[in-house]
Amino acid sequence: MRFGVLRFPGSCDEVDAQLAAARVGDAVLLWHGDRDLQGVDAIVVPGGFSYGDYLRAGAIARFSPVMESVIAFANHGGLVLGICNGFQVLCEAHLLPGALLPNANRRFTFRQLDLEVVSTQTAFTGACQEGETLSIPAKHSWGRYYADEPTLDELEAAGQVVLRYAPAQNFNGSLRDIAGVRNAAGNVFGLMPHPEHAVDARTGSTDGLRIFESMRLAVEGARA
Amino acid sequence: MPEAAAPPTVEDAVALGLTREEYALVCEKQGRPPNQVELAMYSLLWSEHCAYKHSKKLLVTLPTEGPFVLMGPGENAGAVDVGGGLACAFKVESHNHPSAVEPFQGAATGVGGILRDIFAIGARPIAVLDSLRFGEIETSERSRYLLDHAVGGIGHYGNSIGVPTVGGEVYFEGPYEQNCLVNAMALGLGEHGRLMRSAAAGVGNVLVLYGASTGRDGIGGASVLASAELGDADEDKRPTVQVGDPFEEKKLLECSLELLERGLIVALQDLGAAGLTSSASEMASKGEVGIDLDVAKVPLREQNMAPFEVMVSESQERMLCVVEPARVPEVLELCAKWEVGGTAIGEVTDTRRMRIFDGPELVGDMPVQALVDDCPLYDLAPARPDAPIYAAPPATLAAGADPRAALLALVGSPNIASRRPLFEQYDAIVQSRTVRRPEEADAAVLALPDGGALGVSIDGNGRRVAADPYWGTVGVVLECASNLACVGAEPLGTTNNLNFGNPEKPHIAWQLTEAVRGIADACTALEAPIVGGNVSLYNEGATAGPIYPTPVIGMVGRLPDATSAGRLGFAREGDAIAIAGHFHPALAASELHKLRGEPLPDGLSPVDLDAVRAAQGAIRDAVREGLVASAHDIAEGGFAVALAECCLAGGIGATVDLGDSDDVWTHLFGEGPGGFVVSGVPDAIAHLAERVRVDVVGVVGGDVLSIALAGERHDVALAEVRGAHRALARFFP
Repeated sequence: MRFGVLRFPGSCDEVDAQLAAARVGDAVLLWHGDRDLQGVDAIVVPGGFSYGDYLRAGAIARFSPVMESVIAFANHGGLVLGICNGFQVLCEAHLLPGALLPNANRRFTFRQLDLEVVSTQTAFTGACQEGETLSIPAKHSWGRYYADEPTLDELEAAGQVVLRYAPAQNFNGSLRDIAGVRNAAGNVFGLMPHPEHAVDARTGSTDGLRIFESMRLAVEGARA
Repeated sequence: MPEAAAPPTVEDAVALGLTREEYALVCEKQGRPPNQVELAMYSLLWSEHCAYKHSKKLLVTLPTEGPFVLMGPGENAGAVDVGGGLACAFKVESHNHPSAVEPFQGAATGVGGILRDIFAIGARPIAVLDSLRFGEIETSERSRYLLDHAVGGIGHYGNSIGVPTVGGEVYFEGPYEQNCLVNAMALGLGEHGRLMRSAAAGVGNVLVLYGASTGRDGIGGASVLASAELGDADEDKRPTVQVGDPFEEKKLLECSLELLERGLIVALQDLGAAGLTSSASEMASKGEVGIDLDVAKVPLREQNMAPFEVMVSESQERMLCVVEPARVPEVLELCAKWEVGGTAIGEVTDTRRMRIFDGPELVGDMPVQALVDDCPLYDLAPARPDAPIYAAPPATLAAGADPRAALLALVGSPNIASRRPLFEQYDAIVQSRTVRRPEEADAAVLALPDGGALGVSIDGNGRRVAADPYWGTVGVVLECASNLACVGAEPLGTTNNLNFGNPEKPHIAWQLTEAVRGIADACTALEAPIVGGNVSLYNEGATAGPIYPTPVIGMVGRLPDATSAGRLGFAREGDAIAIAGHFHPALAASELHKLRGEPLPDGLSPVDLDAVRAAQGAIRDAVREGLVASAHDIAEGGFAVALAECCLAGGIGATVDLGDSDDVWTHLFGEGPGGFVVSGVPDAIAHLAERVRVDVVGVVGGDVLSIALAGERHDVALAEVRGAHRALARFFP
């Protein structure tokens, strides 16, 4: 199992994501200017401020050469995980529905949060227990998940809402407490909280490791 | 030499901040009156900010050597050995005056500047801490504005560049109303052998400028802003505040570290105060060489900039490196990869002169030594004031308040209330190293690759230093070390930022002299030498008088095992609670006295440095060995507030009995160095008593904070304490 973690100018959490992924498999960094995905089994679009988040968070990164390859990879069923800024990039690239707006409190906010696992029937949460709560930190300014009402209804009906903020945890004002969504095909997943910052008991919780572990299981299951 | 415009006069020199005597000395060194470029450069390098002309004679008295010191004062940052072949570079710097003029950008570029100092010596920045001072937030709208925007600026820069902000401190006192303080400290990690110095070397080597283009922002910042008192015309100074771009700096950081890793450069220096003038001249001075530099080659973002403007611009996110000629193409290629536009702008010469060209035309020619080293240093004329300098604060606690009411008032006072609304605006965890987050322990703890960890603390207490510049400052240094002890860390080195008023006034000179003596004695006693620092003088409002003298101390220590790092919160129901250490509390200059509106006392009690150091050693070892479940330094608000903080951090109550006392208030709320609240199983606490005085006073448990003293019991529900502790939240809706 080999993860590829994208690195844009302005990425901040790419090394963290690489370290987290390396706990369940191999992990390499992929430079934004290269189209070659080096045969990886899954892509992580990490957090940070790609290209300085000029214009709009994630708006420029989606046009990078590496993202052309990632879009093709996703369209062929490859697993793609977007974390924070990566979630924003995937929404901008239309690999995921909806958009991320400025936080309701209009401040950058860092907080350890409880997340409810809505669905374990995904390639990203297969290692979680039904109804489990994950303790994972979030840190962002633009994390308010937004989509129009019909789209939200569709997402819920299709089981595309994967993670929700637990009661009283939704500081950014995300509609329907959505913390993470997947695409209809189920191979692309984005979330605002940072599972890569919840993989070591010394620095917090280890609950985020389940996301990476789930991806490994999905890739190895598909191979078997 | 060709000279288009009329040469500047002595009046121009005075307007730029030089004295008439200094101008005469410049003429003597030059052998003629300086032209515009030269005068601009002299005025900056001979400013207080660059030349430390009122503090250098004091700073040389600080202890700078120790077994762990790898790089001492004089480089971009100091560095200590943290084991495993790694060095920790660290330094604190101020950005006070820019932040008073434009708090968001002032604070942001303060962070940007200190980060550049760290990666300039080849270390990857791993953490930021900050130390902030504002006027009374409850009554001053301006202070609320400054706080909000300064915090926003620090977060904007640190969060965007991917360096965690792991700790800090903030206090609100009247004397900072017109002159806030924004100090930022950064730490970096690098391999011993890779640390880079800034001395230019190798005649014929090329100077490459890379990073952002150069504009008119920040022109004259060093002399105009940093070296004179603030006045009413500060709005007009807004153009002298620089604007920061963390994305540009992120690229600059990665490019710089890759240049160093590939061994492509000979020397590296960031462009901070006084821009190219200071960085190029200091590189030449340290290398004992000369430099020829062509301003026509500097990439500009504005048209028609005069040569002197290019030389003094403080545009952010720029670095200057020295490269062997054969390596220049590789360096420029790497700059292109990171999109930070590198340009060769000059070369190292053997002339010992700074020569500034504008294309073919020589527009400035100065001896390096005169520019960098020959600024006159001044002796201070310290005199202990014979009348109080600072007015008593307004009383905010009712005269008849009982201990229970006083405890709630203290827990909710802006100087003690939870800093959560501030630190939640900072990313504290990026880089996956943060073992203790803010409010989890007395010091930040950052994991090292070898399983150990760094403990880091930043502290200051202007009110106590104002009451007694010597013993107050000793107390600040001790508190830093106590904070480290509470996580199990032993000090390796110290950095300091001296924030004071106008040193040309005898009473300020006295404060400064006494404070430096305090730092020297305390750091010597703790074997925690000073490896670098910064001085910020002239912190006086136009009408408000001087700030409290505010030496800010940053200390870095090491603990052998990250998993044994201490916490401040009570951990288990039934654990014994003890007051441990060498603790002699007093109400003089305490937070309680402030709330009561008491004037500052004239002096604090002396402290037994060796006894406090021994107590810190005992606590440190107890934390490392897991003897104690929690450890917390007793600071502002005394034992009762420390106890409340242990309860809040652990989410559990406590019941204590302090016995008899003929001075209830001092017992509960008295302050002083050397005291700790610890908890643990009773046997383990008894073990600690073999090393240090320990008074077991109670037990952890329940949801009430219950304190019995002199026959009376004071009960407060933990929920009520927590509510009071959230006092700052309303300022951050």
